[in-house]
Amino acid sequence: MNLSCKEATRLMSAAQDRELSIGERAALKVHLAVCKGCRIFDDQMHFLRRALRRLFGQE
Amino acid sequence: MTADFRAEVEALRPQLLRYATLELRDRETAEDCVQEALLAALAGEASFEGRANLRTWLTGILKHKIVDAMRRSSRERTFDGEDEQGASHFDRLFDERGHWIEFPPDWGEPDGALEQKQFMQALERCLAGLPARTAQAFMLREHMGLDTDEICKQLGLTATHCWVLLYRARMALRECLEKHWFRR
Repeated sequence: MNLSCKEATRLMSAAQDRELSIGERAALKVHLAVCKGCRIFDDQMHFLRRALRRLFGQE
Repeated sequence: MTADFRAEVEALRPQLLRYATLELRDRETAEDCVQEALLAALAGEASFEGRANLRTWLTGILKHKIVDAMRRSSRERTFDGEDEQGASHFDRLFDERGHWIEFPPDWGEPDGALEQKQFMQALERCLAGLPARTAQAFMLREHMGLDTDEICKQLGLTATHCWVLLYRARMALRECLEKHWFRR
C-alpha cells in the first residue's frame, strides 16, 4: 500500500486519536522514510500536541 | 456544608471559567456551566470527602456540565456549514496524485516557543479562529481528553465526520501557527 502525502497526513492526524493498524503503521513508516515533507509534517503534529498540552496545563 | 469548603470551591471559579470558556467559546454559557458545577460541588461535599484534589474533582463535574451544554446547543443550533471549510480547502496543498505541491517549511527546533507567552497567545488565537463545529470536536478531544467514540456520540456525528473535523483542526492550526509565528 503506497501512501500519497495527503493520505499520510490523514494517518498522522488519526494516529493522535487512535492506534493505527499494523498495515497503516508500516505504510506510514515507509512513506516517511522517503518523504521529507511528511517528516516535517510529522514533527509539526507532535509539536502541536506538546503545545496544546502546555497551553491546557496538562503536563 | 463547611465554610472552608465553600470558600475553597468558590476560589476555583476563575480557573473553571477559563476552562469552560476555552471549550464553549460563549462566555454566558460558560458562566452558567461553572455556576451549575459549583452548586453541584457544594451540594456534594460529602462525596468529595477523602479525595486528594479539589480542582481535579471540580473539573470532572464541570466537564459533564460542558458536555451537556454542548449537546443542548447542538440540538438547538443548526450548523449550516457556512463557517466550515469545505473538503477542498486543505486538498489544495496537494497535487492530483496527493503529493505536497510545496513541502511545509521546517520549523527547526520549535520547542523554545513553548516558553514564550506570546506563542501561547498566538496558539489561543489560532484555536479561537477555528470554525465552530471543528473547534467543538477538537476541544473535546485535546482539552477534555474524550476519545473519538465519545465525541461522535456527544455531537451526534458519524465516525468519519469526526476524523475529518479533527484532521481539519490540526491542518488549520498548523497553517495558522506557520503564518502567525514561524514565518513572521
